[in-house]
Amino acid sequence: MNNELNEYKTIALQGLWKNNPGLVQLLGLCPLLAVTATLTNALGLGLATMAVLIGSNVLVSLVKDFVPREIRIPVFVMIIAALVTCVQLLINAYAYGLYLSLGIFLPLIVTNCVIIGRAEAFASRNSVVKSAFDGFMMGLGFLLVLSVLGASREILGQGTLFEGADLLLGDWAASLTIHLWQVDTSFLLAMLPPGAFIGMGFLIAFKNIVDKQIADHTTTPAVTETVTRARITKVS
Amino acid sequence: MKKSMIKNGLLLAVFALFCTALVAVVNQQTFDKIKQQQQLELKRVLHQIIPDELHDNELTEYCILIHDEDALGIDEPLPSYIATKQSLPVAIAIEAVAPDGYNGNIRLVIGINTAGEVLGVRTLNHSETPGLGDKIDLRKSDWVLGFNRKSIQDEKDRLWHVKKDGGDFDQFTGATITPRAYVKAVKNALLYFNSNKDTLLTRPANCEVNYQ
Repeated sequence: MNNELNEYKTIALQGLWKNNPGLVQLLGLCPLLAVTATLTNALGLGLATMAVLIGSNVLVSLVKDFVPREIRIPVFVMIIAALVTCVQLLINAYAYGLYLSLGIFLPLIVTNCVIIGRAEAFASRNSVVKSAFDGFMMGLGFLLVLSVLGASREILGQGTLFEGADLLLGDWAASLTIHLWQVDTSFLLAMLPPGAFIGMGFLIAFKNIVDKQIADHTTTPAVTETVTRARITKVS
Repeated sequence: MKKSMIKNGLLLAVFALFCTALVAVVNQQTFDKIKQQQQLELKRVLHQIIPDELHDNELTEYCILIHDEDALGIDEPLPSYIATKQSLPVAIAIEAVAPDGYNGNIRLVIGINTAGEVLGVRTLNHSETPGLGDKIDLRKSDWVLGFNRKSIQDEKDRLWHVKKDGGDFDQFTGATITPRAYVKAVKNALLYFNSNKDTLLTRPANCEVNYQ
């Protein structure tokens, strides 16, 4: 039982920090850099990606015993493509404003390597519940990086936070928008993709500093994990 | 070897069927809602290009279907909406398609008053490259406002091109195909309106809009 709990803890830690899809695996950079101009867009895409990730992990884990190794990739791709199309239709129907502002990046979730990466590296080898949890944690890790990047770019770029929250959450959320200061012209560097690259660089640097601090403070080396996890280094 | 190929092929087919079924079900469930959302969006856009003070009718209720591939860029009937004031036509919003964009059809709507002057143009739907071709979207850039108050004399009007081709409209850095297609679509619709003005504006409403 204790062992089981530990394993979930490891999965959570992997998704949120040690093997974070945004900061460590550097997967899904294209949407990560493109839609994080505002917090609302970042949250929207993050949630959509998380939904697809959980769904695809569960489905892949369910079918892993029937699918021979040779055809697993096309099967995974089909599952992911179908899920993304469904999520796209649902957002189109129930969050039309968000659908318009995410535009082409919504169907492009299908090309996010995090999803096929987790299907191949985790879900095809683990139980349904663990896979769902892994999808949730990886999705959450991705969502957090998107949100931090989106929030900081929005503050620096246009001096607001949560602009257009009503597109994502409904009309009541319009009051969530915070105007921190008035800018005559938006700070373009933060708004454009280079700003996203720079912000991303700072986030990774910050993570490395924290990791180093932790390593310096721990006198006893951590117990080495024997769970092998495929580390995917391909950049999408 | 042969056996495993057949087995794998069949398995793939089963998965394809399953995935298609899933998408089909979701599509059917969301179809009406999406249609309704698009109608709301259309209403919002029409409201922008034909100002309220010009007309006193509900735009989406006076709608005619136009089927003309040369003028509207697609071999399908497309709706146009006629604005009237005291039952006299004052303006029309024509839906058209730019078929030669960079990536698929661009759907747009053009508001024209009875004098043949553009009241406004908006993009309804497109899949142009983000950051390059998507400046046709008012959310990204105010390029479409450049059409406001423009009119056209005849087919050979030199101004109705992008600047690169000697015309009056900016192209986008790195994306000339999109604005070129767009200007052409607006131009064709405008020419069509000029030469069919009288028959268009007196046609009875003949398309059902399921607006709720």
